[in-house]
Amino acid sequence: MDMQDDCIIDVSGLVKRFGEKSAIDHVDMKVKRGEMYAFLGPNGAGKTTTVRVLSTLTGFDEGTVIIDGHDIVKEPREAKAAIGVIQQHISLDKDLTVWENMMAHAMYQQMPKAERIKKIDQLSEYIGLGDYYNFKVDKLSGGWKKRVAIVCALVHSPKLLFLDEPTVGLDIQARRGLWDLLRKLNNDGMTIFLTTHYIEEAESLCTRVSFIEKGKIIADGTPEDLAHKIGYFTVESFGKDHNTQYAYFQTKAEADEYAKQFDDTMTVTVRRTNLEDAFVEMTGNRIGDNGFMLQKATNPKEAR
Amino acid sequence: MMSFFSEVYAVAWSDLRFMRHNILQIMVSSLMLPILYLLAFGYGLKAGDVDLFGDGSVMVPYLTFVIPGIIALTSLSSSFNSTATRMNVQRLYYRSFDEMMMCPLSNTAIIIGKTILGMVRALISVTLMFCIGCALEPDFLTWMNPGLFVLSVALCCFLFGLLGETAALMVRSHSGMSLFTSLVITPMTFLCGTFFSVQALPAAFQWILYVFPLTEASLCIRGSALMGVSDAYAFPFWALGVIVAYIVVLFSIDMYLIKNRKV
Ligand SMILES: Nc1ncnc2c1ncn2[C@@H]1O[C@H](COP(=O)(O)OP(=O)(O)OP(=O)(O)O)[C@@H](O)[C@H]1O
Ligand SMILES: [Mg+2]
Repeated sequence: MDMQDDCIIDVSGLVKRFGEKSAIDHVDMKVKRGEMYAFLGPNGAGKTTTVRVLSTLTGFDEGTVIIDGHDIVKEPREAKAAIGVIQQHISLDKDLTVWENMMAHAMYQQMPKAERIKKIDQLSEYIGLGDYYNFKVDKLSGGWKKRVAIVCALVHSPKLLFLDEPTVGLDIQARRGLWDLLRKLNNDGMTIFLTTHYIEEAESLCTRVSFIEKGKIIADGTPEDLAHKIGYFTVESFGKDHNTQYAYFQTKAEADEYAKQFDDTMTVTVRRTNLEDAFVEMTGNRIGDNGFMLQKATNPKEAR
Repeated sequence: MMSFFSEVYAVAWSDLRFMRHNILQIMVSSLMLPILYLLAFGYGLKAGDVDLFGDGSVMVPYLTFVIPGIIALTSLSSSFNSTATRMNVQRLYYRSFDEMMMCPLSNTAIIIGKTILGMVRALISVTLMFCIGCALEPDFLTWMNPGLFVLSVALCCFLFGLLGETAALMVRSHSGMSLFTSLVITPMTFLCGTFFSVQALPAAFQWILYVFPLTEASLCIRGSALMGVSDAYAFPFWALGVIVAYIVVLFSIDMYLIKNRKV
């Protein structure tokens, strides 16, 4: 197997513009077969745009995209056959039932009839959708619609699965369930590319993470690598001014030494550096749970 | 080749399921308009006999004249509306069109597959309309040339399905769709030889109407339905040719639009 074939996603010099603005700005990226890869970034960073370009939905302005060894412009069919996509926004056919939506997908993928039915039953049972087969999709709640979308994306056992903020809107059980499912699929050899603004999701699931901001990849590596780039230990100090200060150190001894200088009026914690610290340090931004940047608030006009 | 047909079927399958869920509603809504036209123009208007060739050689009662026109119109409204509405909703509101575009299907199969719903619906409406027509004017059964009639109707339904796709792929919103309908479809409905003979108009105006394919559709459908009225009545094969040419043009436009699709 040569180097080329080793990568299921091979993107170089990718640019996607909306008018003047570049939503993807000269991105180079390689994802190896079998990786669980996370794209981490705030709202408007370009995550959805990247997924849409890689899954052939949106055209792009510059660069090349190779999926499973096929250039998506020259051989879109072959590239499409390798992928499954769960989009950020529900994109099911609301006039049809749950089962019909799944079946339509299996047919688009040209699966033989017996296999279609078997695979749909198997996945639905795993996800707990079996009782809902004859429900109109419209009548399901948001989280359950997402589950239908998950079955649709997986029905043809793609080699590469894209998930755009898959756990937004799922309850805690469902989120854990999806994480387990993703680990299982990855274990069976499926490459997974997910975007998220939940740092703990990227940290606990993924073998490799890249930070994306304003259409550029600003760092990339394993969660540990990224954390360790800024130091193994973090000293977090919270004082009367209601501002949390962070300092990073390579050894525990150094961190403890530094922590000693604070008096009783400060709350001081020494802990291992995590992915969030790395993101804050590298971007100067902090992502809130809903994806808003808390520190260094961006001008909304600038963000668009 | 087999796989091409199975792709077309895959694309059409979900639309046909959609039709199955709403079959009654669909039947009622697609027959309402032609029946209203039939009542208003066929009976309400009480127009005199129509001069088929404009030279006084063949005169037919207005009802006989207007029924094939209404059949042509039914093929337009039924095929166009069901294709355009469904595709528009799938593309702009449900976004399920995106899901399909991510699957390994050829664009040709998608374009043809997406006309199937419109064709099936239009063929059902046309059949029902034809039955009503024959009940009112049983002579159609002796006059008509069934082969040419079926061929004309099928080609027209396909053509107007492609036109529905053009509209759905072009517009960016629901209001865009209404605009397309009021600028293209409604004028066609009333002017294109459905309710009156185009030959009766001034030459310049005739040429404008020949640009709209419903004019050729009316000529072909009426021609094949009234074939036996007079020996002098020749089926307008040139109009069938124009319809085929329109099919080629609209198909190419749809291919272009689907490749360069925004959203
Ligand atoms: N169709 C479009 N037309 C114009 N600009 C667009 C379009 N889609 C996205 N953009 C712009 O591209 C940038 C990236 O958007 P994108 O949706 O990829 O962000 P994201 O990282 O997915 O954000 P979120 O976390 O909110 O989903 C944004 O600034 C957005 O305004
Ligand atoms: Mg997004």
